[in-house]
Formats: sequence, C-alpha cells, structure tokens
Amino acid sequence: MAEPYVELKSVSKYFGSVVALKDVSFDVCPGEVHCLLGDNGAGKSTLIKTLSGVYAPDEGEIRVQGKPARFASPADTRDSGIATVYQDLALVPLMSVARNFFLGREPMRKFGPISQFDTEFASRTAYDEMSAMGIQLRDPEQPVGTLSGGERQCLAIARAVYFGAKVLILDEPTSALGVHQASVVLKLVVQSKARGIGVIFISHNVHHAYVVGDRFTLLKRGRSTGTYAKGEIDRDQLLNLMAGGKELVDLEQELAKPGRHGPV
Amino acid sequence: MISEIRDERVRSVSRLSRLLSRPELGAAAGTVLVFVFFAITAGNTGLFSAKGIVNFLEVSAQLGILAAPVALLMIAGEFDLSVGSMIGFAGILIAIPAVFWGWPIWLSLLFTFAVCGGIGALNGLAVVRTGLPSFIVTLGSLFMLRGLTLGLTRGISGRTQVSGVHELALHDPLNSLFSGQVFSGLIAWLSDIGLIGKRADGLPSISGIPVSIVWWIVLTVACTWLLTRSRFGNWIFAAGGEANAARNLGVPVARTKITLFVMTAMAAALFAAIQVLVTGSADTLRGTQKEFEAIIAVVIGGTLLTGGYGSAIGAMFGALIFGVVQMGIFYTGIDTDWFKLFMGAMMVIAVLFNSYVRNRAMRSR
Repeated sequence: MAEPYVELKSVSKYFGSVVALKDVSFDVCPGEVHCLLGDNGAGKSTLIKTLSGVYAPDEGEIRVQGKPARFASPADTRDSGIATVYQDLALVPLMSVARNFFLGREPMRKFGPISQFDTEFASRTAYDEMSAMGIQLRDPEQPVGTLSGGERQCLAIARAVYFGAKVLILDEPTSALGVHQASVVLKLVVQSKARGIGVIFISHNVHHAYVVGDRFTLLKRGRSTGTYAKGEIDRDQLLNLMAGGKELVDLEQELAKPGRHGPV
Repeated sequence: MISEIRDERVRSVSRLSRLLSRPELGAAAGTVLVFVFFAITAGNTGLFSAKGIVNFLEVSAQLGILAAPVALLMIAGEFDLSVGSMIGFAGILIAIPAVFWGWPIWLSLLFTFAVCGGIGALNGLAVVRTGLPSFIVTLGSLFMLRGLTLGLTRGISGRTQVSGVHELALHDPLNSLFSGQVFSGLIAWLSDIGLIGKRADGLPSISGIPVSIVWWIVLTVACTWLLTRSRFGNWIFAAGGEANAARNLGVPVARTKITLFVMTAMAAALFAAIQVLVTGSADTLRGTQKEFEAIIAVVIGGTLLTGGYGSAIGAMFGALIFGVVQMGIFYTGIDTDWFKLFMGAMMVIAVLFNSYVRNRAMRSR
C-alpha cells in the first residue's frame, strides 16, 4: 500500500470536560477515497477541524508525508497540500465563477507601472480546470448563484486542486443535494481520485459513501470503531455499524410488543 | 471512464441579456429619462446651455465625489452615516488653524486629511472589532462629529462660522487643486468656434470647468478601476457578498473594510476642502444630510443595500440624476420644495427596478 499523505495517530481532543475525540487514528493515501462516517455528534467535525488546522490535538500527532507536522492555522494546512471544502464551499454567489475561483489569490497582469486583475487568464483557467473535472461551464463570467449544487461543488474542488491540494477534505458534500446533483458530486470524487488526490469523504449517507469509498472509518461518540477496506465489509454491515443499526433493531422489537403502544 | 457531466438545461445567454443584468443599467436609463423630461419641460430655460450644464454638473460633482467611495463601502456591505458630519468637521479643521492659528492653507489641508482619515480608520476599526452594524456605529459618529464640530468651533471662535479663508488661500500652492477652474483655454476656443455662447461683453458664458467636476470624474474612474480591475476590488465584492467565505480563502476582510472607511472619510474631507476654498468659509452645519444623499445616489446607481453587488459608474449616474433634477426643478420654476419628494420617490423606484435586475442576473441560466 502507498504511503499515507496525511495521518492522525492516536489523536485526542478535549473541550473542557467533554471528550470530543479519543485515541482516533486516521490516514489517507494519494489516489484513495477514505470515508469518514458517523452520526451527528460522533466527532466528525472535530476530526475535520483537527485535520485542517483549526484545532491542535491535545494528544497524539499529525504526520504529513511521514513527517510530524504542526499546523499553526488553516492557511498553514493549506500550504501543506491539505484543502478542506466546507459545506458552505467558501463561494460568493453574486460574484462570477472566475472571480470566485481566484478569490484571495488573484492573478495579476502588469500594464506598465500598474498591475491589474487578469480577467482573461482567470476565466480561461476556471473554465479549463472545471472542464478537467468533467463540468462544462456555460460562461465563466456567470455569477456562482446561477450554478447548480453539483457545479458549485465542482468549482470548490477544482479550485482546491488547482492551488495544489494533494488531499481534499469534503465535508458532507452530498447532504444538501438532490439525487442527480449528488451523483454529479460522486463523479467528481472519483475524478479527483483518478488524478491521484487523496479524498477524505465525510458523510452520514452510507449509500453515497459506499459507491466511491476505498476504506471506511466509523466514528461513534468520539471514538473510532474501526477502519474497514471495501472488500472486508458490505453496505448492510456498514449501515448496521452506523448509529441506528442496533438501536433500530431494539426499537423495532420494542414497538412490536403488543399492547404497550396502542393498536398496531 | 467517466462521462462528461453536462447540464442538460444549458442555454446560451445573449449579449443583450447580459447587458440587462449590469448594476448600472437602471441608473443609466433613469438618467436618460430625467434628461428627456427636462429637455421637454425646461428645454428653453437655459438648463442645457453651457452655463446651465456646468451648474448642474457642479452639484452632481460634489455629491459624486462622496458617492464613488460610498458605493465601494456599500458593496463591501457597510454604511458610513458619518460622511455628512465629517464634511462639517473637516471644513472647520481647515478653517480654524488657517484663520486663528496662522497655519498656511496647505498645512491645514494636510492636517485635515490626516485627521479625517484617522477618524475613518476608527470608524472601520470599531465596526470590524465590535461586529456591530456599521449603521449604528457610524450613526454614533454622525452625532459625535457634529457635536464636536459645534463645540470646538464655538469654543475657539465664539461663532459657528469661520470666514476669511479666501484671502489666505489666494497664493497657496494647493489652492488651485480644490478651487477655481480648468480647461479655460479649451472653453475659450470652443466659444470662438461658436460651440459655446458668449456673454454681452464678448467673453465666453463660462470661463472654464470647475475643478470639482474633474475630481468627480477622476474619482469615479479610479473607483471603477479599483472595483473591477484590482485585487482589492475582488476583496470588496467578496467582503460584502459572503464575508465568511472570503475570510476562509484568506481575504483580509477587516483590512478591506477599514481601508474603505478611510476612503469615505477622505472623500468627505475632499468635499469640505473644495467647499471651503470655493466659498472662502466654513460652517458647522455644512454637509448636513449629505450621508443620505450619497446613499440615495449609490442606491439609484444599482448598488445593493445588503452589499456584494454594485458599481461606481452607477453612483456617478445617481449623482448626475441628483444634480439634473435639483437644477432642473429650479430652472423650470417648479417650487423647489418638491425636490426631496422627487428624489425620495426616484430612489424607491430605483430600488424596485434594481432588485428586478439583480433577480434577473441570478436567474440568467
């Protein structure tokens, strides 16, 4: 197996008396999709924020390409090739696709003493990079607000890849989307993987995760319940492992008892 | 391999429809409308003679000098209600050191720009540090600055007006930057070839272009360039459109906003400098309500009150409408009491029209 690009080793994170993460290990290799699954409150957000440099772990260590790393800030993390695509995608709806693509890292062009925003380069690059991910834009000058959910996701991913991301952390990328748009995003994930990028795919939708994932890690109440390769586990087992598996069976049995919950 | 993902609802957007989604469209149309209206009702009153044009352009220019940076600030999602009081304050700041302490005009001008810029920075800092709405923070500055102006002026001079700047400014190196006229030669030539009328004594009806009009155009061009062609402009749109997203991408949102507050304060100081040097006096009540007039011009110009969308060219049209209507009403002999009713209604109509245009822009798929 390839060497992991980034790995967390026995990481714990506490907020006062709350144990948000306990002894969690997690890694992702280039060209691999590692799904992080868990119910609400399982610690997914804390894990992402630890990976993306928002929180420093209280125990354990982070390694990037085998070397211990200490992230001072999210920008620092980004410079090490780890890009987080949050649910809000960090897009400005009223601005054009090209301007969003280069927001904060504007390409400049010199005209004598003055340098100005290179709109032509920005439009061309945004168009080409999104095409490479399989999305044909109508017009790179159109406002992001006119894009579909899948296209926005593509813009955010293409932007991260263009600016040197080796690992993409996708935070619930399909949760707010309809069936068609979700499949667009799943294709984007596979596309990124094909380009040699390691993808951390965070979801509570096992169906989506199972389609694209190579490995699956389940979080429950801040602890990892294990990492499984795709061959070791099938979709139903995953579903059962996810919150709700045992609980739902218990609930089903309880509801099935006659008399206690009214007529059945 | 993965098939190409293509939205099946693709439709090409025509050039016309893209033009229709420009923010300044409403203001441009409004300007044409207002010109046509006054061409019909005031066509032979001299509103559109060289003298009349310079008159309304001068009114527009003063407001336009404020409106251009105010537009940028509003696109960044913030208001500056203190610009009106800042004009009064800056005027006093120029006049008192010159008249009472014997400072040369150039020094009191530099001093004024520095102090106003500093207060602008304080406004900006207060907004980004406290997270309070800029509407409230600068409403506070509006009152504080006006009170400070009155208190200082009466304390130092015993009156609320300071005059006598004219004589002191006469030979000042910076005087011609803010008062007087330019392109006199060009005007004389245009008059000689008959394009501009002559007065009875044979001189052209206007002796030049007031320097404030040049400031207006230069500022509008500069702000437009900043907004559409510079890195800073991208940050302005982003700060007003989705500040959080911008911050996550490393845009210095706080610095962007503070810079814009400095710019609006400096524009107020420039407004005051022109006013004091042209009239030769300062008055504590100068600039009253200018903050609202600037906002009206900016909003007519297509800038969204919620930020993230707008243009400096639009603000120029807004200011132009303001000047034409104000002078047009005067020339047609309509009671000038009706002016504010007209401008208020104009703004409401503009907002309705602009929100229609913006919805169009967001639906343009």
